[in-house]
Amino acid sequence: MQQQIAVSGLGGQGVLYVTKLLAEAALQKDLSVLVSETHGMAQRGGNVISHLKVFPRIHAPCASQGASLRSRFLTSPLIRPGRADVLLALHEEGLAAHGYLLKPGGAVFCNRSDPQGVGDLDAVSIAKDLGDAVAANLVLLGHAAASGILFCTVDDVKEALRQSAGTRLELSMKALEAGACAARRREPN
Amino acid sequence: MTERKILLGNEAIAHGLLEAGCTLAASYPGTPASEIMAALMQLRRRHAVPCHLEWSINEKVAVETALANSYAGRRSAAAMKQVGLNVAADPVMSAAYTGVKGGFVLIVADDPGPHSSQTEQDTRQFAMFAKLPVLDPADPVQAREWIVHAYALSEDYEIPVILRPTTRVCHARQDMPVRAFQTAPSQPVFEKDPARWAATPKFRYLLHKKLNEKLDQIAQDPRWQPELLNRTETLGGQSGSVEPTFDKAIVASGAACAHAVEVLRDLDLWHRIPIYQVPMPFPLSESFSVELLENCQNILVLEETQPVIEGQLRDRGKVRGRLNGFVPREGELLPEIVEQIVRRFAGLPPSEQNVSPAAGRRPTLCAGCGHRAAFFAMRKVFPKGIYASDIGCYTLGLNLGAVDTVLCMGASISQAAGFFHAYRDSGHNTRPIVATIGDSTFYHAGIPALINAVAQGCRFPVIVLDNGTTAMTGHQPTPAAGMTADGQRVPPVTIEALAAACGVGHVSVGDPYDVPGFIQLLKAAKDHCRDAENGGMAVVIARRPCLMERARHEGRKSRAPAPVVTEKCEGCGFCIKSFECPALIFHGEKEAVSIDENLCAGCGVCLHVCPHQAIERPSSRTA
Repeated sequence: MQQQIAVSGLGGQGVLYVTKLLAEAALQKDLSVLVSETHGMAQRGGNVISHLKVFPRIHAPCASQGASLRSRFLTSPLIRPGRADVLLALHEEGLAAHGYLLKPGGAVFCNRSDPQGVGDLDAVSIAKDLGDAVAANLVLLGHAAASGILFCTVDDVKEALRQSAGTRLELSMKALEAGACAARRREPN
Repeated sequence: MTERKILLGNEAIAHGLLEAGCTLAASYPGTPASEIMAALMQLRRRHAVPCHLEWSINEKVAVETALANSYAGRRSAAAMKQVGLNVAADPVMSAAYTGVKGGFVLIVADDPGPHSSQTEQDTRQFAMFAKLPVLDPADPVQAREWIVHAYALSEDYEIPVILRPTTRVCHARQDMPVRAFQTAPSQPVFEKDPARWAATPKFRYLLHKKLNEKLDQIAQDPRWQPELLNRTETLGGQSGSVEPTFDKAIVASGAACAHAVEVLRDLDLWHRIPIYQVPMPFPLSESFSVELLENCQNILVLEETQPVIEGQLRDRGKVRGRLNGFVPREGELLPEIVEQIVRRFAGLPPSEQNVSPAAGRRPTLCAGCGHRAAFFAMRKVFPKGIYASDIGCYTLGLNLGAVDTVLCMGASISQAAGFFHAYRDSGHNTRPIVATIGDSTFYHAGIPALINAVAQGCRFPVIVLDNGTTAMTGHQPTPAAGMTADGQRVPPVTIEALAAACGVGHVSVGDPYDVPGFIQLLKAAKDHCRDAENGGMAVVIARRPCLMERARHEGRKSRAPAPVVTEKCEGCGFCIKSFECPALIFHGEKEAVSIDENLCAGCGVCLHVCPHQAIERPSSRTA
């Protein structure tokens, strides 16, 4: 299994957290990961993007200074334009800002107040009903994981969430589940 | 199966330092290097590693402190961003001559792009200038694994070693096996040797000679020779002592090498074009350089950001890179750019040009940020002024027209002084000049500039934007906290006491949320600057704790309710243009502005901003 996932949003929406959960889920499946994050000035309300690459490890024949580049199929932490299999957009602006990363026919999951495509979901409303609009990131993640398109399942993400031992575990679990339910209702097949 | 963990590049570096038995690390925060010290502090708490850790006042102090620990025979490190090395240049240049005893690893994070920096300077070039070996890891795993070897190199040759990760290494995450830390304490042994540790120019000549000899040996050190990454694939069964000949080869280092490896695999060139990773770009192995130029017809060099390896390959006819425009001379070598370069080098057609991304949102100060309120008051009291500013979150005051110059740490005060002389000396006394500087930046490099302004008879106000933390880089403490990293109480060093001690006769402190009160403070400062008899420099401290910092401790719950926009709003857009709070939403001219309650911090400053008094406290609060 090899997958390149772009997670886009605005500063403060939890882009880093969603990426981290996906990366941990990959590790549990004994896959290797490469992630690239946005830090610093751009985090202050600007567009934020994380790149995640998930892939199997190659057995390195011998240790050397360059071993890590020889032992991994993917070595660059950045997704090239038109190469992402999946785009998770926590804000619809992410489609304009980071849609160029997506490959032709790639899957988009987008949080927007007026859902249009199959992957769209009003994650903020669902999160508000659960008590905190900030949990919208996990609602959208649950939605994407339940689609069957990601390298991992909703249960994999839940397990990663449990391991991460956040302080808001109960709400986070509910948010994931609510997103997954929305996806199941959308696609009964 | 060994346990694996996903670590951020900077966390991986922290692991590497503690695995290698580092006993003192000092740093000043700066993107992309900040998380190294943060991770070290967290690991020390969890694993009780005997290691002194500190956020130093600036990079120069960090290097000097760590260096002395190394003189005493113990492994040490200093970590900073690339422009921080400019501040620390003095001790680093000299330390190359004196050398070290205990291993000394200087970690300097470069920022090609740049993403969060003033320059794209290449620390590897600085290493050449200082005559120090520099290592250029391609990913977090290498950054971590190389540290223990870097210490060995440092101790074998008694020389500081620079580890130069870039943003794409520092802020990448990768899975790697978990290893134990060194917990055996190492005893300090400082052996007096004035000819070395206190060398006068006569001895410096000898130390320089010795340094050159060290570099000759280091260049040939077998542990740091360039490595042919796809040896098996490109040579197949061929082996033997004779180096093979190639038509084309790529020589790369750092993140550019990681991009290139992936691109070669993707384009099915991994079996056709040999790629060498250069782990130590300076000093470049002389034998590697000679053999490569002898056995290869076309050489592509991929490195960031300056032609360091390229410049050391002495054959302009065979080498393609930045010097002959084959590789762009500025900007980050993104993987898509690397792909185009590799395609051209390999004789493949260029890939389809993708649509360039939309501009996106510009960064802005947070809703409820005290800096925004202070800037608003400043522009009211000092209209049409020259606003010399500095490095930090408040640089985003650019959006508000409140920042006219940003040069480097601490320059706000010295540049305001320069503007003062420029205008006063040519008889223009009326143009207001104001310096704005953050609290952490003031401690870092603002104090000498303030003393200088006083000593040169300047008269302008300095507004210290004091949010109690180093916010932009992740909330590192300042000396005002009165606490060391391990929780020991120390005397707090306050800005007001420092300002007074610098000879400033007018020092005041106020809360920028109290807009009328803060405006009064600024007016008083203005009067002091203009007072011909007793006037002089003035310092106004705008004290309002960073909201993000408070949220980290108290959660997001304790916010005041958002104000309401009444029918008096005419949609003039004044608040949007001159205040730019992300919680204020513009719906077009003549449409009332609305407030995003999720973003609003309830600071109430916008009540004072609206020229039509159309923003009010919610009625539930006044009732």
